[in-house]
Amino acid sequence: MTDVIVVGAGPAGSAAALMAARDGLDVVLLERGPFPGSKNAYGGVVYGRVLDEVLPGWWEEAPVQRWVTRRSTMLLTETQALTVDFRSTDWGQAPYNGCTTFRADFDSWLAGKAVDAGAQLVTSTVATGLIVEAGRVVGVRTDRPDGDLRAPLVIAADGVNSFLAKEAGLLPRTQAKHLTLGVKEVLSLPREVIDERFGVRGDEGVDVELLGCTRGIPGGGFLYTNRDSLSVGVVVSLEHLTAAKVRAEDLVADLKAHPAVAPWVEGAELKEYTAHLIPEGGYDHLAELSTPGMLVTGDAAGLCLAAGIWLEGVNFAIGSGLAAGRHARSVIDSGDAKPYRKALEGSFVLQDHKRLRGAPDLVLSERVQQRYPGLVADLVQGLFTVTNPAAKPGALRLLRRAAKKNGVKLRHLLADGLAGGRVFR
Amino acid sequence: MSGDASGYDGLAFDDRMATVEFRVAERAHIVVDSDVCRSCTTKACVTACPANLFAPTSDGGILFNYEQCFECGTCYQVCNGEGALTWTYPDGGHGVVFRHG
Repeated sequence: MTDVIVVGAGPAGSAAALMAARDGLDVVLLERGPFPGSKNAYGGVVYGRVLDEVLPGWWEEAPVQRWVTRRSTMLLTETQALTVDFRSTDWGQAPYNGCTTFRADFDSWLAGKAVDAGAQLVTSTVATGLIVEAGRVVGVRTDRPDGDLRAPLVIAADGVNSFLAKEAGLLPRTQAKHLTLGVKEVLSLPREVIDERFGVRGDEGVDVELLGCTRGIPGGGFLYTNRDSLSVGVVVSLEHLTAAKVRAEDLVADLKAHPAVAPWVEGAELKEYTAHLIPEGGYDHLAELSTPGMLVTGDAAGLCLAAGIWLEGVNFAIGSGLAAGRHARSVIDSGDAKPYRKALEGSFVLQDHKRLRGAPDLVLSERVQQRYPGLVADLVQGLFTVTNPAAKPGALRLLRRAAKKNGVKLRHLLADGLAGGRVFR
Repeated sequence: MSGDASGYDGLAFDDRMATVEFRVAERAHIVVDSDVCRSCTTKACVTACPANLFAPTSDGGILFNYEQCFECGTCYQVCNGEGALTWTYPDGGHGVVFRHG
């Protein structure tokens, strides 16, 4: 008798299956791809603190590419780049902060942990729909012959498009407004070339986030170092990309051609091109987290944090999955999803989202996206351009000039500064 | 559309897509009703699809190829034609296989 059907062996699903199996429940973990991670792509970094409690010492065995010891945020205009660059040796030793990895490796590894705990992983199987009886989810249909599976609890971890959450009415069928499209190129470069170009050694790696490189389409760029490749891409508002009629791969080409980025990627060869949607609506556009007989986790629930300086998804998927698995038994016994919701409310999963609920609107606003990178770059260029024989113009005059040139009124700057203070307080 | 012309960065789109593994299923997982598309003025799918799988036809319809699909969902999210797109996942084990996603 199956107790829990988990749909999707991504980070959320495998975390859920792991905890439910450890609790002694009979767990089936369905994955539509030939192996976990085969349908997944991310722009990113995995922050593993959420794993400490359940997989102590995970960093010894996780399939890590590099540990992020250097984090840069860049503001770009067509001709300028301003970089805030931070590095810490703390992040290069246990317990570490974040790592780069490939999802085929990472998701397969985490699913393996669920299997070790007793979950049954079934790959190459699509959950095609819900079985609902008397208003309660009692199982899923699959594309296997005689493929109906029944269980007292279904955990939907079926990703950003979650057709299960949609079928249950927990997620709108379309919501281009609250989705971004991420496209990514993985570019081969010899390990020593990466070490040299990015000033890192051994397992150290770099995470670069870039603003102002997407032709005014709300979003941003990213560049991460893997062992012997770079992950380079953009994440842009689906609604605005569509309206601008710009092709996503052209934005990546722009980024790679930027004078501040081109020297990093020179001579690198395309190894793989990927694309994926990301739920970036934040707290105000999450899915309903449950319906009788079903819990929703990870991207399916919209639990992806895109809050400017914080760009996190895999850890939120794991965090929500762990909570779903941990409380599966009590949800089954009580017939009520309350323990799951309470666990999320009591953890970073919903607390970070709630605290940063205003971030998506601010970060994707027209001024932050289109005007401030130029304003800041012009201001800094003014400060560092020596204008002899004329005397230095003074910072306030430079600010006024940069604001005017970029179409920003100083009262807007002040208002946005206050808004930013409120959002990120 | 996704023809041989060199891309913006010197990489032909076909070469870009050739880096991706697809285990093509017999069944088309996305079906386009071109009759609905004919009344669509935006045809947002044509530029938005990151795999460039949608091509406008001379009679105002849409020609669609499911084989090299990332299964990202962009097309149905941006489609404004009621019922123009029938979107499902490919049969289990088929479709895109990311190695470095």
